[in-house]
Order: sequence, then C-alpha cells, then structure tokens
Amino acid sequence: MQNTNLVLLTLASPLLAFLLLGIFGSSSNWLKKGAGIIGTLLMAVSFFFASQLSLAYFLNQTPNHTQQILFSYTWLQFGSGLSIDMGALLDATSAMMLLVVTFISLMVHVFSLGYMHNDERFASYYAYLGLFTFSMLGLVISANIFQIYMFWELVGVSSFLLIGYYFNKQSAVAAAKKAFIVTRFADLGFLIGILTLGYYGESFDFLTLIGRLSDVQSPQFAAIGVASFAGISALTWGLLLVFMGGAGKSAMFPLHIWLPDAMEGPTPVSALIHAATMVVAGVFLVARLFPIFAIAAPHTLDIIAYIGIFSALFAALIACTQTDIKRVLAYSTMSQIGFMMFALGVSGYGAENGAGFSASLFHLFTHAFFKSLLFLGAGAIIHYVHSNEMEDMGGLRKHMPITHISFLIACLAISGIPPFAGFFSKEAILHAAYQSNPAIYYMALFTSFLTAFYMFRLYFSIFWSTQKAAQDNAHGEGTWSMKIPLILLAIASVLFGFIPFSEYVSTDGKPIATHLDVLFSIAPVTLGVLGILLAKQLYQKASVKPQKIALALGSAYGFVKNKFYIDEVYQYITKKMLFAWVARPAAWIDKNIIDGFYLLLAQLTQFSSVYIKGIQSGKVQAYAMYFFAGILSLASLLFYVLK
Amino acid sequence: MDFKDIFFYLIAIYILGTGIMAVSTRKIFRASIWLLFSLIGIAAFYFWLNLEFLAAVQVAVYVGGIVVLIIFSIFLTQKTGNQMAKTGTQQTIFAALASLLGFALTAYLVYQHHFGSNQTQELDASIENIGTQMLNPGDGGFLLPFEAVSMLLLSALIGCIVIAMKIKKEETA
Amino acid sequence: MTPVGLPHILLLSTALFFIGMFGFFTRRNLITMLMSLELMLNSVNINFVAFNKYLYPQNLSGVFFVIFIITIAAAEAAVAIAIIINLFRSSDSIDVTDAEEMKF
Repeated sequence: MQNTNLVLLTLASPLLAFLLLGIFGSSSNWLKKGAGIIGTLLMAVSFFFASQLSLAYFLNQTPNHTQQILFSYTWLQFGSGLSIDMGALLDATSAMMLLVVTFISLMVHVFSLGYMHNDERFASYYAYLGLFTFSMLGLVISANIFQIYMFWELVGVSSFLLIGYYFNKQSAVAAAKKAFIVTRFADLGFLIGILTLGYYGESFDFLTLIGRLSDVQSPQFAAIGVASFAGISALTWGLLLVFMGGAGKSAMFPLHIWLPDAMEGPTPVSALIHAATMVVAGVFLVARLFPIFAIAAPHTLDIIAYIGIFSALFAALIACTQTDIKRVLAYSTMSQIGFMMFALGVSGYGAENGAGFSASLFHLFTHAFFKSLLFLGAGAIIHYVHSNEMEDMGGLRKHMPITHISFLIACLAISGIPPFAGFFSKEAILHAAYQSNPAIYYMALFTSFLTAFYMFRLYFSIFWSTQKAAQDNAHGEGTWSMKIPLILLAIASVLFGFIPFSEYVSTDGKPIATHLDVLFSIAPVTLGVLGILLAKQLYQKASVKPQKIALALGSAYGFVKNKFYIDEVYQYITKKMLFAWVARPAAWIDKNIIDGFYLLLAQLTQFSSVYIKGIQSGKVQAYAMYFFAGILSLASLLFYVLK
Repeated sequence: MDFKDIFFYLIAIYILGTGIMAVSTRKIFRASIWLLFSLIGIAAFYFWLNLEFLAAVQVAVYVGGIVVLIIFSIFLTQKTGNQMAKTGTQQTIFAALASLLGFALTAYLVYQHHFGSNQTQELDASIENIGTQMLNPGDGGFLLPFEAVSMLLLSALIGCIVIAMKIKKEETA
Repeated sequence: MTPVGLPHILLLSTALFFIGMFGFFTRRNLITMLMSLELMLNSVNINFVAFNKYLYPQNLSGVFFVIFIITIAAAEAAVAIAIIINLFRSSDSIDVTDAEEMKF
C-alpha cells in the first residue's frame, strides 16, 4: 500500500506542476517569475518519492524481483473478460525507469533554470516539462497495454509542444509537426498491434497478456497462432506492429527522420526527450512485452535485431559527417538506441539467455546519464557560443573548464572506455551479441569504433582546435544551476557502470551474475581508443586533413552527409506519389462529389422552398384550413384505416 | 313524439338557423344580433335539459357580457351600416366543402356509435348542489379550478388593459 | 322517429360547430371571426352537458366544465377584443387579410 502512495505521489507532482503553471502561469506574475523554482521543487519531490520507491524495491527484496500490481482500477469494461484498467505495475524495469526519468528530468529542470532564464514563456516551458515527465512516468508504470498507449500519445503531444516551443521559428514548427506525424504514423501500427494482441489475448492487462501469449498451452496462444494474414501469423503481425510503434518513438530506421529535426527544441529538452527518456520508450515497450517476443515469436526478435544494428551503423555513419553539434548528438542517440534494440533482439528468455535483455536495459540506464550530460553540455556550449555549428566553436576548454571535463567524461563513457559507465553496458551488449549472432557482433564492433570517432571529432572540434573569433564570452560559462547538473551527471556517468545491473534487472526476475571478460574487452576498447586517436589526429588542430579525406571519398561522403537522402526519399514518396496519386484525387472527390452532393441537396431545398413557401402565407384562415385538414385526415386515419 | 321532442327540434332549428344567419349575413351589426339570438337559443336548450343555472349563466355571461362587448367593439371599429367585403368564391366553396365533409364524418361516427344509456339516476344540477361542489375543497370538489379561473380572469383583465392601453405616453415622453 | 336522445343532441352540436367553422373560414373581419369562435365554443358546451346528462348523471363534471369554459370564453373575448382594437389602432383595419406580416 505504501508503494501505491509513492507511485501516486511521484506521478502527481509533475502533473501538479503542469496544471499549476499551465493554467495560472500566464496570468499570475508571481507564478511566472517563480515557475522555474516551483517546477524544479515539484520535480525534486517526484524524484524523492521515485527514488524511495525504486531503492526500496531493489534493496529490500529477495534476489527474485517479482512483478507487482500496485493498484488497478477498471476504467472501461468491454465485456466479461476484456477491460481497460488504470493501474501501476512495478517490476525491475519500471522501477529502474522511474529512477532514470525522474533523475534526468530533475537535472534538466535545474539546468533550465539558468538556460531558459530570460525566456518569455518560462512558465509554459516548465508546464510542458511537467506534462512530459508526468506522461513518461505514467508510461513506465502502466499496467495495461492500453494505458501505455494513452501515455504514449501524451508523451507524443508533450514532445510536440516542446519541439515546437520556439513557435515563431519556421523550422521549429516544421520539426514539431514532422515529429508528431512520423511518430503518430508509427503509433497507428502500435494501435493495430494492441488491438490484435488484445483481441486474441482477450486481455489488455500486461501480466495476463504475457502469461497467455507466452504460454504455448493456453487457448489464446493457439488462437493467435492459427489466425494469420498474408501468410504471417496474427501473433507476428501484432508484435511487429507494436514494434513499429516502438520504432517510431525510438527513431529506428526508417522511422528515424524526425529525431535530428527535433533538435529545434530548447537544448535541455533535447537532453530530456530525445536522449534520455522519450526515445527509449520504444526499447521499454519491447522490454515490457519481451516474454511474448522471446518465447512465442523469436523470429520477430531477429527482425528487431537487424533493424537495431542497421540503425546503429547507419546513424553512426551519418554522425561522422554532421557539423551541427546537436545533430551529431541526435544521430549518436539513434545509434545507441540501435544498440539497445539489437541487444534485445539477440536476447533469449530466462537466466543466462536473457543477458542481452539485461544488457539492453543496462545500456538504456547508463546511456540516459551520459547522453543527457552530453546534451546539457552542448546546451552550455550553445549558450556560450550562440551557435550550433562546430565551425563557430573551438578552443573552449579554457573558457568552460567544468563543461569540458564533464563533456570529456561523457564522450569517454559513450565510446566505451573503461572504467566509465558506457564501457560496462556496451561490453554486456557486445558479449550478448557475440554469443548469439557474430555478424551482428562485428557490425556492432565497427559501430562502436565509429562512435568513438565521431564523439571525439565533436570533442576536439569544440574544445581544442583553434579559437574562433566570433565568440563572445560576456557571461562566462554559465550559472551554477547549469554547472551542478553537469557535475552530478558526470559523477553518475563515472560510477553507475559499476552497478551489477543484471542482478537486478533480468528477463525472469532472477538475478544473473555479472561477469567481466577482460580478454573479450580487448577488441572493443582497442577499437574505441583507435577511434579516439584518429579523431585526435584529424581534429585536435585545425587542419585541412578532414576536408582532404572528404574530397577523397567524393560522392560517398556527400551521400552520407545528406543522411543517405532518406528525407528526400520520404519527400518523393509523399509529394510525388502520395500527394499526386492519392491526396489529389481524394481532394477532388471530396470537393466535387462529396461537397457536390450536399450542394445539390441545398439547391434542391432552395428550389423547392420557393414553391412551398407560399404555404406560409400569413393568412390565418389558410392556416386554420390546413389545421382542419390535418385533423380530418388524422381522424379518418384513426377511425377507418387503423381500426 | 311528445312535446319535449317537438320542443327540442324547434330549439335546434332556431339555434342552427340563427347561427347560419350569424355567419352569413354581410352586415356586421346584424351578425352580432343573430349571434345573440343563437346564444339565447342555447340558453333555451339548457332549459330544455333542466339545467336552469347553466341557462342563467349563459344568458348573463354570453348574452349580457360577451355579445355586448362585441357590439361595443363593432361600434368602436366599424361603420355598422356598410356591408362587409365579400369573401372569394373559391374560399367559400372550400370552406363549405370542408365544413360539410367534417360534418358528414362526425355525423356518421355519431350515427354508427351506440351509446350506452345510464338513466338510473337523474342529474342533480340544482344551484345548491353546484354551489356546494364548486366550493368543496375535498374529493370531487372544484375549489382549485375555481380559484385558478379567478386568477385567470384577473390576469386577463390586467392583460386587456395593458394591450389596449394607448402607447401615446411613450411617444410624448 | 326515435325519441330525442344523445345522438340528436350531438348532431345539433356538430352542426353548430361546423357552422362556426364555416364562419371562421369565410369571414374576413376579425370580429366576426371571433363570433364564429363563440359559436364553436357553445357547441362544445352542448356536448359536455349532453354527455354529462345522458351518460354520467351521477356527477356534475360536465356542468362544471361548461361553467369554466364560459368564464374562460369571457376572458378570451375580452383579450381578443383588446387585441383587435389595438390592431385597428395600428393599421386602421380589422380585416384579417390586412394582418399578414407574419409570413415567410
């Protein structure tokens, strides 16, 4: 019961912040000024309760981490068995996510105090942050696949609001719309998937659904296995469609196009949404339904693994060519989420087989810290330089020492250099991949080399290279409210790798022993160091070497720099094909046939009204006559016809 | 056929005849007088039914009140000697047809229907009985409608004054 | 010829009613239309009394209805005449064909 209250309080405080600041923020001057403090305090309260909850869950329990329904309230009853409940499901995954989301959100709240300081719509900004945090928390504790869908959409809405926060900027509006439409499109698949699984599983409740669909003997499993569409069983369809929703939110190829553009939002928002929390929702979703994937339909996991590794490699290649630091980070996010996805994809169910699952969530956990650190660091840099472009930066290490150190730590962490957090999680992922699918392992290895290279390309371009003239350092590195989150996150990025994660989070709740294979680590670490050295060689001092290489690569380089022309492909499909062949004819039908039909009706009405309006002559006696005729006919009807 | 029946036929012919005259004469004052005769005929019919009180009310209210009111309004608005404008033939034919059709239908229904008769008891419409029932607040009494009608009369009185009041005051003010 | 009973009286009232209705349809003067209405009301009164007397002699409901109808008819006539006079004042005519502003 105590846990229930904690969960409710955790969720209620960001919601309260949203309602308070959202409704009264623009009218009350007092609230407008104090919005940051109020939002941050409420977030701190939320973090406090969430940490109470998850620490109690992880520390005070027996080694077997059970799944518990904290509360459940029937919201919509469809039939005897099928209902949509509102509830809270606490297990290792959601407890971990609660902790991560509230902590990162708190850091972002604190950071924004300085970063968004002079913004006109300060209160709305914090209101949106509150809404976002609330929906993300609701998403992770959802006990019901429909409930998760609702919070999923809420997350989409709040990210729309936050990406389009600078709504007088054309590109921000376009980016917000793009993010919303792309994820919405993916969510269409998600909804159909939900309905498919719910229909055959005869439940929307996670535990029931998982219990039924991962049990080969259950009648529901038989039903969903028999039903098929286009030669593929309904179960596979349902899972793939659910994964499509997850891929949309998690920016997996080919639904990734919104993520780089989403960097139009304020930078702390990118840290919160597009690095640490929202984009991992897809990973979380797959993890939530993992038993079904792993036990009932392992072949879907293969698809997930290949999409994951492809996205990881694909994004890493693009990241090497981008010059906007937030875009580099965005692609690196996509790449890292690709890691998480394929880790899930190569995982099996139960005990040691589930190492990939634990590794994936471990990487989610560590990645949240160092990626938000990178984004907040980027925020501090952009705040200082007033530009997103790498060319405008350089030599910042002396001006921004704290940012420099924390950024370096984050870069080392993401590159998988021991003893930073990313090393442990990436090792676990690579290990899992090596054991199940060597092809994926080698691609992942190459990707992690690329990761090290582009991260340090970024690092050296920003902090080393040569000082650029255009920098004005009037306001210094930033306020303490911006530095403290960086320091805290840097500490987290160093230390959190030592958590024996798989002992807490695993597929079946039974702890797996963590082991570190030093021999196995040699290859990835060496490649990471090689990547760093290569970047150092090319970018530490301003030189023409990078351009030369780019020239040497020729059109291949341009191809990558233009993000493999994926955006253009989408443009072509939508503009040239959808608009021309579907939308235009549809619009024509709507305008001429549908509208025409109603216009015709209107004209008929008008036409006939000219003739029948004579009845309304204003002559009382005529009215009396009609009245009498009516009575007479009614009377005859009653007496003679209906007798 | 006894005397009573003969009287009924006489009264009926009288009522209908004067009624027809009241709706067909083209001098408005005469129409009102024919109406007066018709209403007196109905009072006579009430006498025929042994409902003396109703007959008295009919004479007092209709003949003495409403018809006098109508005559007053005729004097206020019309030149009484003039003939009224003729109604269009088409309208007259339609009205006559409608009325005849309605009459035929109703008469046919009346003719077809067999009314049970309940002659075990004579209607006690003495003034005493009417008065007792009228002011009886208990079961079968009519005190509440009586009071409601009194309120209605009062509001009609005020309403008439308001409607007919000259609006000149507003014009000058 | 049967002795006079309820059907005869009902025929009388029906005839009177349709005479009134004929008047209502054909008259153009509002006052005469009002007169026709009075005729119709009286025919209804006859019905009430007749039913009361011949079918339900044990109580006096019909008679009371007639009394109330007469009262209300008096009020109605007064109001109607007030309206007619007002109309006459505003349009200098009480012809029903002149009062047809309320149309399409």
